[in-house]
Amino acid sequence: MIPDPGLPWVLLAVLAPLAGAVLAFVLSLAAAQIAAIVGIVTTVSVVGALRQTIEQGATAYVIGGWSPPLGIALVNDGIAAMMLGMTATVFVAAGLAASRYVQGERGVLFWVLFLGLWASLNAHFLSGDLFNLYVTLELVGLSAVALTGFTLKPAALRAALNYLYVSLGGSLLYLMGVALLYRAYGALDIATLASMFEPDLPSFTALGLMTLGLLLKSALFPLHFWLPAAHANAAAPVSALLSAVVVKAAFYLILRLWLEFAPPPGAYACLGVLGGGAVIWGSIGALRAPRLKLLIAYSTVAQLGYLFLAFPLLNEGAVALEAILLFALTHAVAKAAMFIAAGDIATAVGHDRLGQLKDPGRPLAPAKFAFAIAGVSIIGLPPTGGFVAKWLMLTGSIDAGNWLIAAVLIVGSLLAGAYVFRAVARFFVSRPAIAAIGTPVLVGGRGWEALGLATASLLLGFSSGLVEMVLRAAEPLGGSR
Amino acid sequence: MFAVAGVALFGIGCMGLLRSGTDLRRILALNVMGVGVFNVLIATAYDPAGASDPVPHALVITGIVVAVSATAFALVLARAAGRDEDAD
Repeated sequence: MIPDPGLPWVLLAVLAPLAGAVLAFVLSLAAAQIAAIVGIVTTVSVVGALRQTIEQGATAYVIGGWSPPLGIALVNDGIAAMMLGMTATVFVAAGLAASRYVQGERGVLFWVLFLGLWASLNAHFLSGDLFNLYVTLELVGLSAVALTGFTLKPAALRAALNYLYVSLGGSLLYLMGVALLYRAYGALDIATLASMFEPDLPSFTALGLMTLGLLLKSALFPLHFWLPAAHANAAAPVSALLSAVVVKAAFYLILRLWLEFAPPPGAYACLGVLGGGAVIWGSIGALRAPRLKLLIAYSTVAQLGYLFLAFPLLNEGAVALEAILLFALTHAVAKAAMFIAAGDIATAVGHDRLGQLKDPGRPLAPAKFAFAIAGVSIIGLPPTGGFVAKWLMLTGSIDAGNWLIAAVLIVGSLLAGAYVFRAVARFFVSRPAIAAIGTPVLVGGRGWEALGLATASLLLGFSSGLVEMVLRAAEPLGGSR
Repeated sequence: MFAVAGVALFGIGCMGLLRSGTDLRRILALNVMGVGVFNVLIATAYDPAGASDPVPHALVITGIVVAVSATAFALVLARAAGRDEDAD
């Protein structure tokens, strides 16, 4: 039995944004202020939950005193705690950036969806029950789709609709798997199921269906077809949330399920091959993208590929869970920084077509540097967190004698370098679009939030031991490895 | 029997989602998939000895609520997207 955490920080991390969303919707005024207060409360509770994890290890808060299998527990182990931290970091920055974009009556709806998405994500990362996870997946999907189409531009609406089909279809595939597992074992709690799990055909069919649905949601090549349009057409802060956190929700669940239920090695190899395909295909897509935000969206396809590329290594024990998690965290902050910086630059310049993109000028220096630093992390150059994670994967693959994975890692980094510089060259080399004389009127931001996130991706490079510490302190539930 | 029918419905829904071109058909196909899953769950609850398992019922009710709201949202979104495309 996992110990009780004492102070219910995890409960607050879910309830605060949920209550905020309801309150903002009912009052339908001062939504931005409510979001600000709720944001602070949620961040504090996430920090509290992280501290609990480091001090006490994995904990489970049993809601209302009803323990599983009858009741519902919020399980906070190392992986969940880090996901909560990642979500809070990105949401705070994206929220600050969004506060400039959204105002008035529609602003209320934006903050309701924003807080709703945050609550659903936190609940998702803390759930230990397959059916609850289905519900949180749907909540995350629905609020993410609504945010995608929030601008009401025709392209965004179409992208949102296609995203919705993928999201609902993926959830139903997952739910079918859950139904089959319940048929076989009569349990939904992951920990309970793991203790009974038999590695037979029906169980793996169920696991396969669940994984397929989740792969669709986490946009692993070749199921990524919906992602570039959705992430490129949403408003910049929303794109940051989608690319940095929302796709990771499905990835997190795959990781969790596979750690618990240990599918055959062939399945790991299969995911590795698809991951490799994603790295190459996504990078080529980014090299050919005509618009800055589309480039960043394709880069997400490639970066998600790395997460799956490491799966065969994880199975062989050649790469530790730390490397994958560090990669996920760094990608989250770096990608969010890129999207927010791109949004500020596009607002200042007036468009984001790469061919005609000009230097946004000195007022946007923070955004320019944020994009460059985040780009360095995405490429995987030292001293960023991206470098440390890729280095761990590279040495792991060479130690395991898996040269194919090593080659994909290197080629992927070279391609990433090419597409990042394709954008960065535009900011630093071309002539300024905004005259340096006088004080230009800026409607958008200057990119300070993005710079904060980019700095976080740098810091992750120096504090990668922190990831290990949190994981060690709270051996994840699938702590068999 | 119910479970097999459920799996078949799920498959038909999947095919429909992959093949059909129009928004309305896709939304309907998703609903057919959902009904397939619910069928499998209800079949799981059935116990010839008497008392049926209440958990799948609870899951199906929750699932139906989610499906109805998702369908409503999809229809609104499809209408908005379709209107813009007609106007273009």
